[in-house]
Amino acid sequence: MQTALRTSLPETELASRANFAPHARVVREERPAQTTGLPLSIRGLRKSFGDNEVLRGVDLHIPAGQFVAIVGKSGCGKSTLLRLIAGLDKIDAGSISFGQDFEPRDIQPEDIRVMFQEPRLLPWARVLANVEVGLGRDRASGDAHARAEKALTEVGLADKRDQWPSVLSGGQKQRVALGRALVSRPRVLAFDEPLGALDALTRISMQRLLERVWRDQGFTAILVTHDVSEAVALADRVLVIEEGRIAHDVVVNAGRPRQRGSAELAGLEGSILSHLLSADDRT
Amino acid sequence: MSLIDSISLPRSLRLPRVDGLIQWIVPLAIIAIWQVASVAGFVPTRVLPAPSDVALAGWKLLLSGELVRNIWVSFWRASIGFLIGGSIGFAFGLANGLSQLSAKLTDTTLQMVRNVPHLALIPLVILWFGIDESAKLFLVALGVFFPIYLNTLHGIRTVDPQLIEMGRIYGMTDGELFRRVIFPGALPSIFVGIRFALGIMWLTLIVAETIAASSGLGYMAMQAREFMLIDVVVLSILIYALLGKLADSASRVLERATLAWHPAFQKR
Ligand SMILES: Nc1ncnc2c1ncn2[C@@H]1O[C@H](COP(=O)(O)OP(=O)(O)OP(=O)(O)O)[C@@H](O)[C@H]1O
Ligand SMILES: [Mg+2]
Repeated sequence: MQTALRTSLPETELASRANFAPHARVVREERPAQTTGLPLSIRGLRKSFGDNEVLRGVDLHIPAGQFVAIVGKSGCGKSTLLRLIAGLDKIDAGSISFGQDFEPRDIQPEDIRVMFQEPRLLPWARVLANVEVGLGRDRASGDAHARAEKALTEVGLADKRDQWPSVLSGGQKQRVALGRALVSRPRVLAFDEPLGALDALTRISMQRLLERVWRDQGFTAILVTHDVSEAVALADRVLVIEEGRIAHDVVVNAGRPRQRGSAELAGLEGSILSHLLSADDRT
Repeated sequence: MSLIDSISLPRSLRLPRVDGLIQWIVPLAIIAIWQVASVAGFVPTRVLPAPSDVALAGWKLLLSGELVRNIWVSFWRASIGFLIGGSIGFAFGLANGLSQLSAKLTDTTLQMVRNVPHLALIPLVILWFGIDESAKLFLVALGVFFPIYLNTLHGIRTVDPQLIEMGRIYGMTDGELFRRVIFPGALPSIFVGIRFALGIMWLTLIVAETIAASSGLGYMAMQAREFMLIDVVVLSILIYALLGKLADSASRVLERATLAWHPAFQKR
């Protein structure tokens, strides 16, 4: 299933993944087969708040394991779309389904995780306990500690396990939140501007971390961001939302690891920005 | 980093010991000045007896067993009243913070009752209970109820909704959500309520014991007044001050132990 869906990815993407095969294989072997990414299909999705029609028919297919970035001007409904995907709000019309091959009952709540701009850590729980929260119903299981520690190691914070969140920096808190989202080995991970509150340097190191865990774990990643350069640096595909629909669907073919500030990415960034700005001029 | 460490480390080692003593300098100095003033005759002993006289009176009462008995009675009344009023206030705070229905049903009524000063009920309470134990317990419980109720309610209502949403996303059951998110989030506010309530507890008890009691510290002070034993009156007042301080310290210790995560309680 993994290979079948992989073929739907652009060729360069496959090639770039092959570069990392040795590393990726090591990680994949110790993981149960069911923790690979889920494909996602959205059809005719609508959502309004009162008179405010925010989403007016979104159609979208995301293949398993793809990294998708969603951009659009403020208030265009990016967070709304993400919350619907994560099941946090009710759908007005249309449907969201995770893969054709899956019965709804095959999908556990632990398979879909969200990360927000705020870390949302429990201030009264130590770092490790905060990560354990991410295990969902497996919190009480015997290996909860071990799994949480592993997730903390993945985000590079193993030495902070016994700290209170209040002593961590903003970037570290966000990494704990990432560890909490990863600990259940989700198959879809949705990010709502997770790096929005971080300074430029921390952002870049967090972007690298996101890319690394995504490559290691193979989940389907949906990243909402207002930073177009972040979108083209990380994503396989950038979606531009305008007037409640997906107005542009831009494939990013650049290989990985990506050279930040390369001409190719800069060109893409420029064209996406001009889409956004022209939409802004029209309104 | 290393510079900061080298400065803050010795200080954090030194501070607790000095801290423990520093706070007693002013009370001790006041007592010393007071003693000197009394001995020198600046303060007539009819107005204010010397600290040594107060201590002597305390010693005598201690030997007769009267002091311990009265302190114990007052302490018992305070704790039982606090426990009753506190648990009812906490229960209502929880119920109204967690359930809209419960809040709609009872909050308005409670807010109305709150505006009656509970000490205004003393005449009524004496008519109901006489000068029985239950009169004092009732008054203390009533006084303690509101600060605990209001602060528990406020604490629960102001728990970060984003954290609650996070708990739900991560599949917490209602019980888990309460235990891991709502209650710890409300705890700082609950402690504010407890500290307020402790103050009200002593105040209520003093008033109640002075007006309607046949034992306890307030009663001891009133008796002493009738016999013009001003040293015993002053002694009672000092003991109230010490007990109040003790209760406050106890709540601080508890606060420190349970709110260790709070930036305000981490080593500065
Ligand atoms: N719970 C809600 N109730 C009412 N209106 C809402 C609600 N949530 C979102 N909206 C409205 O829906 C629209 C889209 O909001 P959304 O948060 O999805 O925008 P966004 O694209 O994420 O913006 P930003 O980039 O600023 O985060 C906005 O006009 C907002 O006012
Ligand atoms: Mg948003």
